[in-house]
Amino acid sequence: MRVPLPWLREYCDPDLDVGAIEERLTMTGTKVEAIHHHGVASTEGFVVGRVLEAVQHPDADRLRVCTVDLGGDEGPAHPATIVCGAPNVAAGQTVAVARPGAVMPDGTKLRKAKLRGVASEGMILSESELEIGSGGEGILVLDTPSGGTGERMLDAAPSGGTPHRGGQAGELAPGTPLAEILPISMEVIELEITPNRPDCLGVYGVARELHAATGAPLALAPWSDDPGSAGELAGAEVSVECPDLCPRFTARVFENVTIAPSPPWLKARLVAAGQRTINNVVDITNYAMLLSGQPLHAFDLDRVAGARLTVRRAREGERVETLDGQTRTLDSEMVVIEDGSGPTSIAGVMGGARSEVQQDTTRVLMEVATWNGPNIHRTSWALGLRSEASGRFEKGLQPEQCIHAQAIATQLMIELCGARVAAGTIDVGAPPPVLQEIGLREARVRAILGVEVPLERQAEILAALDFATSPAEGGLSVTVPALRREDVTREIDLIEEVARIDGLERLPATLPARRGAAGRLTHAQRVRRRAEDTMVGRGLHEIVGWSFTEPGLLDRLRLPSEHEMRKVVSIENPLSDGQSIMRPTLLGSLMDAARHNVARNGPDVAIFESGTVYRAADEGPLADEHHALGVLLSGAMAPRSWRGAPAQADFFAAKALLGALLEHFHLDWSVQPQSWPFLHPGRSAVVLANTTGATGAARAPGGEDSQEVVLGFLGEVHPLVAAEWDLERTAAFAIDLGKLAAAARPLVSFEAFGSFPSLRQDLAVTLPVSVSAEEALARVREQAGSELADVEVFDVYTGEQVGKGRRSLALALTFRSLQATLTDEDIAPVRERIVAALGEIGGELRG
Amino acid sequence: MIDRIEQLRGEAESEISSASTSEALEELRVRYLGRKAELPQMLREVASLPPEQRGAVGKAANQARQALEALIAGRSQGLAGEELEQRLQADRIDVTLPGAPPQPVGRLHVLTATRRELEDIFLGLGFTVMEGPEVETVHYNFDALNHSLTHPARARTDTFYVSAEAVLRTHTSPMQVRAMEAHPPPLYVAIPGRVYRPDSDATHTPQFHQIEGLAVDEDITLADLKGTLLEFARAVFGEERDVRLRPHFFPFTEPSVEVDVSCFNCGGQGFLKDGARCYLCKGEGWLEVLGAGEVDPNVYAHVPTTEANAPGYDPEKIQGFAWGLGVERIAMLKHGIPDLRLYYENDLRFLEQF
Repeated sequence: MRVPLPWLREYCDPDLDVGAIEERLTMTGTKVEAIHHHGVASTEGFVVGRVLEAVQHPDADRLRVCTVDLGGDEGPAHPATIVCGAPNVAAGQTVAVARPGAVMPDGTKLRKAKLRGVASEGMILSESELEIGSGGEGILVLDTPSGGTGERMLDAAPSGGTPHRGGQAGELAPGTPLAEILPISMEVIELEITPNRPDCLGVYGVARELHAATGAPLALAPWSDDPGSAGELAGAEVSVECPDLCPRFTARVFENVTIAPSPPWLKARLVAAGQRTINNVVDITNYAMLLSGQPLHAFDLDRVAGARLTVRRAREGERVETLDGQTRTLDSEMVVIEDGSGPTSIAGVMGGARSEVQQDTTRVLMEVATWNGPNIHRTSWALGLRSEASGRFEKGLQPEQCIHAQAIATQLMIELCGARVAAGTIDVGAPPPVLQEIGLREARVRAILGVEVPLERQAEILAALDFATSPAEGGLSVTVPALRREDVTREIDLIEEVARIDGLERLPATLPARRGAAGRLTHAQRVRRRAEDTMVGRGLHEIVGWSFTEPGLLDRLRLPSEHEMRKVVSIENPLSDGQSIMRPTLLGSLMDAARHNVARNGPDVAIFESGTVYRAADEGPLADEHHALGVLLSGAMAPRSWRGAPAQADFFAAKALLGALLEHFHLDWSVQPQSWPFLHPGRSAVVLANTTGATGAARAPGGEDSQEVVLGFLGEVHPLVAAEWDLERTAAFAIDLGKLAAAARPLVSFEAFGSFPSLRQDLAVTLPVSVSAEEALARVREQAGSELADVEVFDVYTGEQVGKGRRSLALALTFRSLQATLTDEDIAPVRERIVAALGEIGGELRG
Repeated sequence: MIDRIEQLRGEAESEISSASTSEALEELRVRYLGRKAELPQMLREVASLPPEQRGAVGKAANQARQALEALIAGRSQGLAGEELEQRLQADRIDVTLPGAPPQPVGRLHVLTATRRELEDIFLGLGFTVMEGPEVETVHYNFDALNHSLTHPARARTDTFYVSAEAVLRTHTSPMQVRAMEAHPPPLYVAIPGRVYRPDSDATHTPQFHQIEGLAVDEDITLADLKGTLLEFARAVFGEERDVRLRPHFFPFTEPSVEVDVSCFNCGGQGFLKDGARCYLCKGEGWLEVLGAGEVDPNVYAHVPTTEANAPGYDPEKIQGFAWGLGVERIAMLKHGIPDLRLYYENDLRFLEQF
């Protein structure tokens, strides 16, 4: 909200500069977002002038050449020549002039200039150019018509930094500095008003905050003097058919209204606050709203058919034309105000054109009502129609505010429009709720804040904020003012009021006792960190992808219609179709990142992601979520080297990384061929963990108590899938880190390895290609007994020497005994058993 | 005889001293001390000499042999050293060539690195790290956090819905209630996680990351919040930092505050050494980093007392604070990252920097 500083100072004027005011407001909860300088930065060069003569420019139809008395050296004897384009300029007018050297509000510096051959020594100004009004093309004429300037303007800025002199408008002397008679320069503070403080949506509400924050006196409320009266009102009728949505509806009638432009002081404040100026009646409604926080609406009473207004729910599908010229279709949760000819406005949101105040209006019905905040919120969102009024009503205004706004408007209608207020006020609605009384315990204040605030200080703060207090046992009894009744309902809310005004700066910085607090990561969290670190240590970069993805991803991954991964979580209101489902796999975001980088940074990509993936749950409102680790490799696995070419990403490159990861956690793991729709059918596998067995390779998996858990997939990405992302050969794996953590033992126990050296032996065996390496190794482990510490395949050969359909596997065996140094003779029987077992699956020992 | 011995010794000493290779030295050793050489021959023949000569000749021959052996050993060591030195010189390489095979250097994403840094700070302060679901019920995301039924944050313009009763969580705060349901007080938890809001521009992405903090015990005050966040601010932004609490509004804390850290770019002055306005804090001297407050009693009212959390959370008996901070914002401030979207583009030129 924009608050012109002079306006604020009219009600509370601490002896502080704008910076200090900003600091006090911000530190007590009314955050100053910005300080704007409205109007001219320097008042230098802006003066009053009198047009002595205005003649047609010889070479331009729309320009006039004016001779202007600017007083002083440029008095009647040596007037200035100014070329003016305004249609309304005329001899005899008193006008506002900017002389060469003056800096306009938009920063332009005026110079002497030739306009179509005629030298112009300045500029005759309009309201818009001075940013003190939003009138049309014409220049600002200071002496006509009525109300152009006047006592009120001068009175209304008692301390706002606008020096002025007395005297009547008509007597304004040429050469008078313009700033003495017009508010052409003003500081405006822009405030962030939190949604719990609709009372601060008015200048007076902010003034009260400033009062509480600084101790400077607060002027009487601008509604304390109400020229209007309560009671029956003749000449208009109002009925409310939906009191639940309209807690209070008030109306007053004004007669003998003269529609005219508002005086400059009022216009200047409205413009500085960000409002357009229209005419005195409309401007008064806006002014009263900005001051009290409460929106008003002025009807031309003669255009209200039957002089009768009805507030009712709209009919389903009912159409109303609003002020902006658009036709809106309503539903039955929306409220309309109608007269004898039908709906005239959407209550609390926007008025209708039909009963608007116009130039010929003489009788005004001033409506001020309280609407149900949530209902207004719903209506304005449903219609996509947000207005100044709806933005205020939706935060919840209080019924008492109706009369506040009526009082301010009544004063101004009488003063500025020459109106007569009819006796009485239409006032429909239940009496406002009674004011709430809350106990505030002194000890509780200290317990919550951690600092002492003396009881007297608590009472002082609350009183400044318009709370009534009286002593009570152990503290205070506090009555909440009407305007705060939504926000302050409990003791804790009062403590907040005390804390924020007393000053959070005063709080000491202490640490909590932290009883029983021992910060630590869980096993699963540590596993996740180490898994990520392992990948980083292997040279991979971590990416962070989007949780959202497009439904088309499922097709691009070639998932068949009934596939498990198609059970995705869908967003009902996505930002776009491309972000409308939650990813069921990390593969999509990895491929997205790979494509981005291949296109920009070359073909070599080695990345991983550690993040959540989502599936629709079979029951309950939540999703099946797990934290996964995904790796994607494409191109070379390392930079090129002068010592030989690096390996290219393929199935085994990915498997080696997977092995490094899983063995880091001492996992007993294996892979088995399994096809996945998005992987190369001949180069894809399921990754399994044996969750109960121990870790040594010598122990056979598949024992009685062992259990295999699927961790994830491993493979080369199907070429058709890779092509969807413009990628060449790409390998990937993804595993469930939660399952990995469950399979990884949190505690590793020491295993004795004895004091004797290990014995290493190699064994080369040819086997049919149909026998997998894993099958061969399983046979070896079965036969070798407990002395086999490790067995690995270290070479693979296929070719003529081993025969068609066969291949040679070279195995490295490591034997170890706790009792003795093993010799080849010790192992000879084991070796024989191994060879025999391999023979059963077609194995033949090579030379 | 003795003269011959001395002659042999003299010849040998001279030749050994000038031997220039290990091979040449070995030849000399064979020539003078080998089985068939003259000196050893003489020693073997000492026994056949007349008794009066035996002593003198034997002694001279032995001395000569020992002297030559010592000389050869010394010379051999010297030659080996020289030869090794030559070989090493010949093995000289260009040490400025790159290491091989190249070991690519990986990096954690700056969001992960930042999140871990923050987690570690809070771990050090005694907070346990806890995580929760991203698809969250309306109950935990809004109702239990004291959002009125008409609170604007519930609007479909402000929250992603996956069903009438579930949303993509808009903050990590729903874990406050989940954590209290699962554990009795005292409770100190930090809750990192991904959250979602339908905004997309240079300063908003529809997903981002927060770390929630929650401390509940019998006596945790707003001053304790300030002290905790002061420790956090100093750990992240430097020992010189200060924090200030500004009153604000959140539905689930009361009193609520926004927390500013004194600007580390200008030392909280608002301007730089050259007098220019500080671009980071825009002359304010303070950087807004997070929202916080004392947990609103209404939130405790949404925590049922069960076996898991007995004696439960009675707002007359326990109190505490909560905060929510944005990981992206902290990383942006620390590293000068200008646009949030860089985080999710995953360009290697970005990833390699941190």
